Amino acid sequence: MLSYLLRRTAILIGSLVLAAVALFVLLRLLPGDPANALLPVGATPEQIEAARRELGTDASLPAQFLTWLHDVVTLDLGKSLISTLPVGPEITARLPVTVPLTLAAFVLAVLIAVPVGVLAAARAGRWYGPVLNAVAQLGIAVPAFWVGLLLITAFALRLRILPAGGFPPDGWGDPGTAIESLVLPVVTVALVMSASLIRYVRSATLGVLGADYLRTARALGSSPAQAFWRHGLRNAAVPVIAVLAMELATTFLGAVVVESVFALPGLGSLLVRGISQHDYPVVQGVMLVSTATVLVVGFLGDLAQRLVDPRLRQRGAS
Amino acid sequence: MLRTLAAVTALGLAGALAACGGGDDDATVKDSAAAVIQVGSVYEPQNLDNTAGGGQGVTEALNGNVYEGLFKLTDTGTVEPLLAKEQKVSDDGLTYTFTLRDGVKFHSGKALTSADVKASIERVTAENSKSARKSNLAVIKTITTPDDATVVVQLSARSISFVYNLSYIWIVNAAAKDLTTTADGTGPYKLGEWKRGSTLSLTKFDGYWGTPAKNAGVVFHYFTDATALNNALLTNAVDVVTSEQSPDALAQFTSNTAYKVNNGKGTTKLLLAFNDKVAPFDKPAVRQAISAAIDDKKLLTSIWGDYGTPIGSMVPPTDPWYEDLTSVNAYDPAVAKQKLAEAGLPNGFSFTLDTPSYDPHPTAATFIKSELAKVGVTVNINTITADEWYTKVYQKRDFQATMQEHVNDRDVVWYGDPDFYWGYSNPQVTAWIKQAEEARTTDEQTALLKQANKQIAQDAASDWLYLYPQIVVASSKLSGYPLNGLNAQFFAYDIVKN
Repeated sequence: MLSYLLRRTAILIGSLVLAAVALFVLLRLLPGDPANALLPVGATPEQIEAARRELGTDASLPAQFLTWLHDVVTLDLGKSLISTLPVGPEITARLPVTVPLTLAAFVLAVLIAVPVGVLAAARAGRWYGPVLNAVAQLGIAVPAFWVGLLLITAFALRLRILPAGGFPPDGWGDPGTAIESLVLPVVTVALVMSASLIRYVRSATLGVLGADYLRTARALGSSPAQAFWRHGLRNAAVPVIAVLAMELATTFLGAVVVESVFALPGLGSLLVRGISQHDYPVVQGVMLVSTATVLVVGFLGDLAQRLVDPRLRQRGAS
Repeated sequence: MLRTLAAVTALGLAGALAACGGGDDDATVKDSAAAVIQVGSVYEPQNLDNTAGGGQGVTEALNGNVYEGLFKLTDTGTVEPLLAKEQKVSDDGLTYTFTLRDGVKFHSGKALTSADVKASIERVTAENSKSARKSNLAVIKTITTPDDATVVVQLSARSISFVYNLSYIWIVNAAAKDLTTTADGTGPYKLGEWKRGSTLSLTKFDGYWGTPAKNAGVVFHYFTDATALNNALLTNAVDVVTSEQSPDALAQFTSNTAYKVNNGKGTTKLLLAFNDKVAPFDKPAVRQAISAAIDDKKLLTSIWGDYGTPIGSMVPPTDPWYEDLTSVNAYDPAVAKQKLAEAGLPNGFSFTLDTPSYDPHPTAATFIKSELAKVGVTVNINTITADEWYTKVYQKRDFQATMQEHVNDRDVVWYGDPDFYWGYSNPQVTAWIKQAEEARTTDEQTALLKQANKQIAQDAASDWLYLYPQIVVASSKLSGYPLNGLNAQFFAYDIVKN
């Protein structure tokens, strides 16, 4: 287990460095210059040159990369080229929106997907098994922003029981309003996410239900439910956990679209704005944080899989 | 239940803001002076400094509200004294002496002096300034401050728009350190809090020298999605939307008596800009042919429905030198074909149209393509980002034709600069525009700019497709808000909520 842990950590760090390089290179491949976002039509060539010098975008790419890498290693994400504010605090200021949104949506999605998925598999022979499956299929095809718009139309514009968007200026200092603002976005993300999760849970469960050990357990006197509960669920969980880690990462990134639909001041809106303005430090900062999150979640997912499944532990040790 | 909760919270917030602004704890929301106006906008400032690339959003939120100039551009387009009480111009038109108003205080408490004015103008002309007005102020030779209430500006040439240009220049506290995240102006509101990506609040300033604001404060709510913005208005999360960007959403407000849709006068022109320096657009006949081949009215209707105004030249109706020139090079495909033949291109030609990727450019480009196909001209649409436009078209002039929205008022003068991106060069027009700037009276200036404007229309220097509508949608309970959004400003101090 220890050697596995070490190997897996080395891979994690290697991936982070690769991601940082890729991020930097890809961003610089985009045509354009951040100085353009700062200057209005009517700016003189001298003004443009002065702005490029000030922003440091006139330096060579390797030089820019080394400066950035040095800053990142010292935990300094730099300053926004456009707002001139430090990027680190800018990102932390957005986390109270994006993190609760992602986690709540994730938990809700699991709470929906696990029972529905198991039911769809266990009752594959009854009429509602296939119906649940078909509904989940449909859910996968529907984009998140559309679900968001439908929910806004129903609950904010017609019933008027929830806000259509926004986040209180006081943030969590005003918990009632903050929670209210997050209800619809959380449900939106959770619904879309659970749709694909249901399918994974269903197929994992189906795979387990036909297994020999369940038949054996029943032969030894367990009821079908007891047998599944005691032996099936844990086996079905292994592939689902791998998917869950990936799904959590997708949710985090998927929040970009949903935040825009609900006018939430989260990481997503920061990222979109940063990209449109070529604000390299902001985009690099947000992407680095998200990439790190995704990689760490994947890492934890792998560890969790090993904890659940002793077979993987043994294989890893050999 | 949730509605009650929201209402209670809103009351609490309004009360808190009123308390910050007026210190009047007993204020009730029924009292309109205690109301906080919730404004919805898509233009969040990039930072709070208009000489450091703050963008359109910073003008909208802070101009006239937090910061004031020596002069102000009113919502109807006239220039009036604001912090300048009096101005004297020497006979040669080169020396301007401004006397400052008494009793003006910055929000930090410091009294306004001539040194602040000098420093504020110098911020705009400074080397690292990103202000669009920098080149306009190049005529300033020296600024002196004989006493605390007097500013003397010496110009190197006559400049009749000098006073108008000063209306764009915020007078800031010379001692203020960081103006990108804080503010220290003399306006009727002081900056409350700016929650990046979300809201910016202004609270009434008690020490204001002039007529106090008629409300307790303003909160600007920023949106990246137009639908989210309109939904906020529909659910009363905001009281007014500063500028609607698409006609699609307007029906839900026009049909509802709880809202008022205001059709103001815009200054944003959509241009099909030719590169007048390169063939075939160096020939006026070719440009005239293109202008005559495109049915601007039909394009406007297809994009904006009943809103917006056809325009025949660069000057919008709020500029003093406006004239209806829609009849010049008006839509007539037969004339277009004849002009092409005149230019030696009876079988047409093809060109690349660099089209910014955001609305309404792609739609308009497709329309132009189909119109021009009818007269034998082939258009290759090349979609580019706003940023590429700036580099490729504006800086490198590497284009045949492009589309762009020009937002400012009084910007016809760009046609007097042969080095501007569209490369229009007519010595007569350049001379008229120069003479207009050096004119002794506004009448003289107006007459010259009218002439210049007519000439560029006849030369089809560009094709001015239409003038954007300026649509402010507000709750019917609201009154006193500005309608025309000139220079993107949004004066909030007269807004009353009943």
